[in-house]
Amino acid sequence: MTEIIEPIDKLEPLPDIGGEAQPLLRVDGLTKHFPVRGGLFAKSKTVRAVDNVTFAIAKGETVGIVGESGCGKSTTARLLMHLMERNSGDIIYDGRTVGRELSLRELRRGMQMVFQDSYASLNPRLTIEESIAFGPKVHGMAENASRALARELLGKVGLRPENFANRYPHEISGGQRQRVNIARALALSPRLVILDEAVSALDKSVEAQVLNLLVDLKREFGLTYLFISHDLNVVRYISDRVLVMYLGEVVELGPVDDVWDAPAHPYTRALLAAMPSSDPDNRTMVPPITGDPPNPIDPPSGCRFHTRCPFVEAVCSGESPKLTDVVAPGHQVACYMFIPGSGHSKAPPTGAVVP
Amino acid sequence: MTAMTDTALQAAPTHAARGYWATVGRRIVRDKVSMACAFILLLILFGALFAPWLGLADPYQGSMIRRLRHIGTPNYPLGTDELGRDMLARLIYGGRLSLLIGILPVILAFVIGTSLGLVAGYVGGKINTAIMRTVDIFYAFPSVLLAIAISGALGAGIVNSIVSLTIVFVPQITRVAESVTTGVRNADFVEAARASGADAFTIMRVHMLGNVLGTIFVYATGLISVSMILAAGLSFLGLGTKPPEPEWGLMLNTLRTAIYVNPWVAALPGAMIFAVSICFNLLSDGMRSAMDIRN
Repeated sequence: MTEIIEPIDKLEPLPDIGGEAQPLLRVDGLTKHFPVRGGLFAKSKTVRAVDNVTFAIAKGETVGIVGESGCGKSTTARLLMHLMERNSGDIIYDGRTVGRELSLRELRRGMQMVFQDSYASLNPRLTIEESIAFGPKVHGMAENASRALARELLGKVGLRPENFANRYPHEISGGQRQRVNIARALALSPRLVILDEAVSALDKSVEAQVLNLLVDLKREFGLTYLFISHDLNVVRYISDRVLVMYLGEVVELGPVDDVWDAPAHPYTRALLAAMPSSDPDNRTMVPPITGDPPNPIDPPSGCRFHTRCPFVEAVCSGESPKLTDVVAPGHQVACYMFIPGSGHSKAPPTGAVVP
Repeated sequence: MTAMTDTALQAAPTHAARGYWATVGRRIVRDKVSMACAFILLLILFGALFAPWLGLADPYQGSMIRRLRHIGTPNYPLGTDELGRDMLARLIYGGRLSLLIGILPVILAFVIGTSLGLVAGYVGGKINTAIMRTVDIFYAFPSVLLAIAISGALGAGIVNSIVSLTIVFVPQITRVAESVTTGVRNADFVEAARASGADAFTIMRVHMLGNVLGTIFVYATGLISVSMILAAGLSFLGLGTKPPEPEWGLMLNTLRTAIYVNPWVAALPGAMIFAVSICFNLLSDGMRSAMDIRN
């Protein structure tokens, strides 16, 4: 905003560079450690909120991230948006590494985020129209053009501009506010939208409407979603692929149906088993796992799940297991039971063909 | 599904949306106490501004034979002071200086303190530490003592009183501004603004200022009464206005000698300070509740 830019009337989305084959977003070794200051004589410690997370999102797909609270889902989102500094790792947007080939300013046009708290994420002093028009104005769009765009987007998210444009956030319902937040995220014509628990705080009926809206918008604007949620049913409904996180690490990733039908990692199995079922015959009688997740300040060595895992063996507390292809192509799991010759009694023998 | 969505979403009331400050204005107009206070303040302000045209007696013209007349004396509705000057005229003229040194330091401190607090709260880190620890040094002294010390060092006079009172209020307003800003800074809408690529200055101007200004403004309004009392104190000690200027604090000082002869007249300047202070306080209370439009 400091340099004088001639106001423009339209924000073009960032160009598609690599075509279909190139992932829209590649995340390589993303790591965030928070220092925790100890007492006067205590050693300072670090919280390993996100540890060496690597994944890719193909153009046009929806990737879900699931995991219990504190597993690093939201931190990952904030790191991708550059709302907090990462310790290490590369973020590559359509083949261009952020910070080298792609400026932060450009990235922000290409990637936007919808937050969980629909009320806190809107400025209470600005009208809805002003909130949506803010981003485009920052990127040099003329006042009138950005307001016209805001009204057009309100229509796209199902809110009549003549009824809503001049209202304030406290005057509308939670579902309507989340629609406004979606419109605000779309105002910069992003190709990737991060939805951080975006529907989690809504009533079930409203949640369904907003989910359907997201599906419609994805088709209309050709969007790619990174969908973060703790609600497994919602993730299954909307995602193509899913990423399971535990204590800052990815433990399993794969196509959503494969993961749901044949969960490989013991943690994923426990997570899916914990899902309430509407069928009384399928009720969960035995808790799938017990205990709280360990303190991320001092995560267990080796596989971070070994303290709660029913299949734990000596090998599990050694080195951290790497993500390995299992079961189906594209379905990866970080567990010694699936690494041939790992030393775990359930592991396939070296050179065995994975079923 | 679609049909249901449409009815659910479009059934929203269509009344013309009112701006935030328009709503606050409407609410404060309905508040009787605030309106009464505003009326009294406007009356005193009007009197101070238009004093020369109100047909009052000369506030500087004394008379040795008419000293310390009682309230209700013909031609002297509020009596005369120890030098025989008309009290009514002096009280009304006195509003000019008293309101000036009551309000101006607060306005100056509001501008300086808000800027400092906003930067400290938004930028954080070392800059926050630098600003806030400096502010803490001033905070360590009681405000009366600090005002007297600075005034004493600078020398007596109206300008120096205003400067010293401004220095007294800047730390207080900075602290309030900093804490409000810190609260707003981590709100999701500020994160969203950062995510849209806006720079710090734009975020502070568009997203922070509107959300912190109200609270700081209410606090500053409350400080006006403190400022008036401190200014009166400085004048009382001979560090502020000099005789024969009419100013409430100074008048209180000079009339002190007449307190056994004519206590009611001697108390009048104090009553003015009290009235203005309490009105500003009640008005800031009213604004505080009017600005909380969510209930």
